[in-house]
Amino acid sequence: MLHTLVILVEDKPGVLNRVASLFRRRAFNIESLTVGHTDTEGLSRMTVTVEGDNHHIERLTSYLYKLVNVIQIEDLSEKHMVSRDLALIKVSTVSEKRAEIFQMVEVFRARVIDVTSSSLIIEITGDGGKIDGFVEVLKPLGIIEMVRTGAVAMERGSESLINAEFVSEVVHAL
Amino acid sequence: MNRTGAQIVWECLVHQGVDVIFGYPGGANLPIYDAMRGYPSIHHVLPRHEQGGAHMADGYARVSGKVGVAMGTSGPGATNLVTGIATAHMDSIPMVFITAQVSSKLIGYDAFQETDVTGITLPITKHNYLVTDVNDIMPILREAFYIARSGRPGPVLVDISKDAQQASIENWVYDDSPIRLKGYRPDMSPAHVSIQKAADMINSAKRPLVLAGHGVLMSNSMEELRIFAEKSNVPVAVTLLGIGAMPSSHHLNLGMMGMHGESWVNNAIQEADLLLAFGMRFDDRVTGNLKTYAPNAKKIHVEIDPSEINKNVKVDLGLIGDLKEILRVVNPLVEPGNRAEWINHIAEMKGNVAVRDIQNLPDNGHLYAAHVINDLWRFSNSDTVITTDVGQHQMWSAQYYRVEKPHRWVTSGGLGTMGFGLPSAIGAKFASPESEVWTIVGDGGFQMTAGELSTAAQEGIKVNIAIINNGFLGMVRQWQEFFYDKNYAATPMKSPDFVKLAEAHGLKGIRVTERSQVEAAIREAQATEGTVVIDFRVEQEDAVYPMVPAGADLNAMIRRPSVLVETPQDQ
Repeated sequence: MLHTLVILVEDKPGVLNRVASLFRRRAFNIESLTVGHTDTEGLSRMTVTVEGDNHHIERLTSYLYKLVNVIQIEDLSEKHMVSRDLALIKVSTVSEKRAEIFQMVEVFRARVIDVTSSSLIIEITGDGGKIDGFVEVLKPLGIIEMVRTGAVAMERGSESLINAEFVSEVVHAL
Repeated sequence: MNRTGAQIVWECLVHQGVDVIFGYPGGANLPIYDAMRGYPSIHHVLPRHEQGGAHMADGYARVSGKVGVAMGTSGPGATNLVTGIATAHMDSIPMVFITAQVSSKLIGYDAFQETDVTGITLPITKHNYLVTDVNDIMPILREAFYIARSGRPGPVLVDISKDAQQASIENWVYDDSPIRLKGYRPDMSPAHVSIQKAADMINSAKRPLVLAGHGVLMSNSMEELRIFAEKSNVPVAVTLLGIGAMPSSHHLNLGMMGMHGESWVNNAIQEADLLLAFGMRFDDRVTGNLKTYAPNAKKIHVEIDPSEINKNVKVDLGLIGDLKEILRVVNPLVEPGNRAEWINHIAEMKGNVAVRDIQNLPDNGHLYAAHVINDLWRFSNSDTVITTDVGQHQMWSAQYYRVEKPHRWVTSGGLGTMGFGLPSAIGAKFASPESEVWTIVGDGGFQMTAGELSTAAQEGIKVNIAIINNGFLGMVRQWQEFFYDKNYAATPMKSPDFVKLAEAHGLKGIRVTERSQVEAAIREAQATEGTVVIDFRVEQEDAVYPMVPAGADLNAMIRRPSVLVETPQDQ
């Protein structure tokens, strides 16, 4: 099944490379990966979706913890979560289907964010399945270009998934 | 005190207790070398190739238990270290590699001798760093040493740009405060309930067996293991790197397991009802076919690295933590056991293996590697350090050299690095100058790093080199014999006259072609001042037995044919 992992890492040069390289050399396939800052300085948050059974994910998690810059890993697929993807889709409007495109934008609750005489850029957010569906209906209407971010995810409810104890510095007595 | 980055490197090494480093100078690390004379407490050894330097530091670390330090310049200096880094990584050896990088302004511009060393070594280091600011040198070197030796040890590489070496800090002082790291937690202790469960499983087992790995030695748990085994009467099998975890002469030490392990050990594993894996990682060379591995056994895995639990073999109980600490808690909970039935059964399985043991072959005029190695054991003492290269001679050494003490057996296990033997012996000698040091090497592996003879000569140190010379890349030839219709493609090897090679270095060389000459040659080597090379011209087409073919069931061993192997010209 598809797992959604949240990986908290130190915000240092090369950390993305360390994480990505680990997936490659341990033969795990990244479906999508996003990374950005958090509200805590020095802490970045990655959302990685990866295919595998529970044993695979346990292995992957224990390997990731061996990276010195990796602080905390949570598998959100075992929890109630919301997951969102963002896509920008440029479509041609020279055909007579312009109206149909606007109708689809309406139905999918997408937004038009750029308009020219012959094209539109549409922004859509949603879970992966919704965006897949939107792309399918737009395809016959003429997609010029598209870009997707990959999923970002968060656990539902009032708690933070960030374990304060993990994020604090560990003092190693010498 | 004002200190340049280069001086800070040496200051840190001194504070870390480093007394010897193995390094090679070049353009980018010249500032470090320029500062070296200010730090005479650290002895610098110049290898003939950075790979040799890495293996020397590795051998030093394995014998001393301290962090081994190797150094190289940027570009080719660093890439030449790579095999040595990977070797240390696979065998969890605490090491710090210091490489130099081109000046920070030039990084990314394909400058002369620029290489992305941290990129190259990412998958083969425990951690690595690129330092471009002089202020980072001390904190990062302190972290590097700490990470290298804590938890599951491993190599850490620190790449320091030339401008950072040249820059200086006013009023510099060494910071002794504790190290703060966010994502590094090597100290974990298992829950007490798990330990009680382990003890219950041990106490109720009828056919238990300890699989003792490198972790026993890394955590210095030899004494705790002995107490455990003697109290519970659980026999112990060792991995290749676990040799020395228990004296070979101990009645509960069954010997080595795995591809070239003892037949009764592999059979005992397959029949056991409980395996106690202490600091080992169920490598494929140890398990054979995982589907049929120890089918009746429950498994308890004691490991410091959580990622090893359930990696290759699904276990019933994993205890994560320091083996020594865990055994100290487990030992009082273990009931004194009388497992005579099981131990006698293993003894019966041993049966008449002696008649097929080449070592018991009467002198028929041929020289077998087993005889050489067994004689080497007979005529050396328990404090002797043995290092090996990789191949047939390595397996014969594991079988016929009966190691008694810990940290006296140095071999490249996980990576299987040819060329490891001689340089690791040089490093071992620096770690234990009073000990007799032998390296047992093949004619192939020896020639990969034979240039280090020159290092031994320059340093004036004494290591004895036993070349098991069969004119082949023997282990590959053996696989060709067994699995590729004796198609000896690219394995016959012509070598130089090793006696003359030794003499060219101002060292003694001895040639041995007959069994009757072995003892005298060993004695002569021992009595000679300085490094000695003995060229043992052994039987060309002998094979290592028993052998579990790769991927076969652990008890599906190829045994030595009753008619012993002879070279073709004798038939």
